[in-house]
Amino acid sequence: MGEGGRTAVGVRAYWLIAGMWIRSTLAYRVSFALTALGGLVVTGLDFVAILLMFAQVDALGGYTLPEVAFLYGLSATSFGLADLLIGSAERLGRRVRDGSLDTLLVRPAPVLAQAAADRFALRRVGRVTQGALVLGYALVALDVGWTPVKVLLLPVMLVGGAGIFGAVFVAGAAFQFVAQDASEAQAAFTYGGQTLLQYPPTVFGKELVRGVTFMVPLAFVNWVPAAHVLGRPQPLGLPGWAAFVSPLVAVACCALAGLAWRAGLRSYRSTGS
Amino acid sequence: MGSARLYAAVAVGGFRRYATYRAATVAGVFTNTVFGLILVYTYLALWDERPHLGGYDQAQAVTFVWLGQALYATLAIQGGGFESELMERVRTGDVAIDLYRPADLQLWWLAGDLGRSLFQLIGRGVVPFVVGVLFFPTALPDDPLLWLAFLVAVVLAMVVSFAIRFLVALSGFWLMDGTGASQVLMVTGMFCGGMALPLNAFPGALGEVVRQLPWAALLQMPADLLMGEADPLSVFAFQAGWAVVLLGVGRLVQSAATRRVVVQGG
Repeated sequence: MGEGGRTAVGVRAYWLIAGMWIRSTLAYRVSFALTALGGLVVTGLDFVAILLMFAQVDALGGYTLPEVAFLYGLSATSFGLADLLIGSAERLGRRVRDGSLDTLLVRPAPVLAQAAADRFALRRVGRVTQGALVLGYALVALDVGWTPVKVLLLPVMLVGGAGIFGAVFVAGAAFQFVAQDASEAQAAFTYGGQTLLQYPPTVFGKELVRGVTFMVPLAFVNWVPAAHVLGRPQPLGLPGWAAFVSPLVAVACCALAGLAWRAGLRSYRSTGS
Repeated sequence: MGSARLYAAVAVGGFRRYATYRAATVAGVFTNTVFGLILVYTYLALWDERPHLGGYDQAQAVTFVWLGQALYATLAIQGGGFESELMERVRTGDVAIDLYRPADLQLWWLAGDLGRSLFQLIGRGVVPFVVGVLFFPTALPDDPLLWLAFLVAVVLAMVVSFAIRFLVALSGFWLMDGTGASQVLMVTGMFCGGMALPLNAFPGALGEVVRQLPWAALLQMPADLLMGEADPLSVFAFQAGWAVVLLGVGRLVQSAATRRVVVQGG
């Protein structure tokens, strides 16, 4: 079977498993509504923290509240999408530890698709919704001269950002083949990255910005493309066209994460119990 | 005397249990350090814009961040101690076994959780704190007595933290599913515990309220004590007051739960 065929099988398996979990979730509608709503409130609180900060100041790192909200909305929405679609892969370490990964290995579907769809949590739409609400507020409140390019850049940023965060999730899962107990380290890049991107790049030290631009290219989720939309100078003096390469960065990240995943899967030794 | 030895053994067990997972500890240290870095920069920007916000200068704000990262796991500020385990035991009915042990339910779990806290203070708290102190300007006292008082406040904070989470865990007797309660614990811990923003930087009446809630006893009070912003005795009194109240309520709820609720399973 060719590479394309495998991908098609994987996507099909993913939706079959995810669909099963969605049906099982919706069997308890009230519980689902409550947990989704709860999730929305929980993730909303870090924006409340930003609002509290802006109750005391007019600008943070030279950015106004609508601008920070714009960064926040982009970061939270794209992270939410990645978390919804592939966040379950985070549980891989547990599966390696208790041996239940073996069950996934014997099924006729790609392991990554199964791991990503495992316990597909529809309640995570809460996070996406919350991010989108803040983004909506930012779009209304922002004083920006919209051009067709800027408008087009919005969906590109969200998809590219979700791709980059998705790659981080997969790379983190791959790392758990090696270090099963270290799943928390991944949170530094996923949740930590999402928190980092909520604030303007001008707030952070040069080394940190360099690190998240060139090493773990999270800056391409929102900082770099958003600089074009907001008409601000690019962080680190990057060239203007950098604002448009997020999708390419996302593809490269996904390819690298895919390789890491394969290497991890190949090194897997069952617990044997 | 015999029972003191029993609870000491439970505490040692709690300590050793968490000490077993070294990779998890290293991962936690790494994550706390990264979050500390992110928060430090945002706070520096905030205090740059509003110097002396909440009575802190920049160095104090930075110190607050690293104390928060050091105590995050120690005090299970957003949950993550014994409570999910106890809730699971309530749900499965295993709690019945805990109840006929010749030990007090509350003290048993308190001892185990104190052991966990102590390990996480040493294993997870020290390194991020040292990193922060080395690389950023901090406001730490020279007076060893103040450090000693700080340690006392941290121990009291451990007890208050336990008392809050014990109540959350007992809610499992009525709710069965602990997801919602854990979520509430996460939210209150992050918000009222000062992980999102130091409580003294909260504006107006909201600030007045959150500074009186039990979560203020976790991070805010010990931090203020260490940085010379609060009087040690009044900090101890505030913490001990909440500890007594919450542990007392915990006992009442526990007796209500064990008398009225039919244990699951069998």
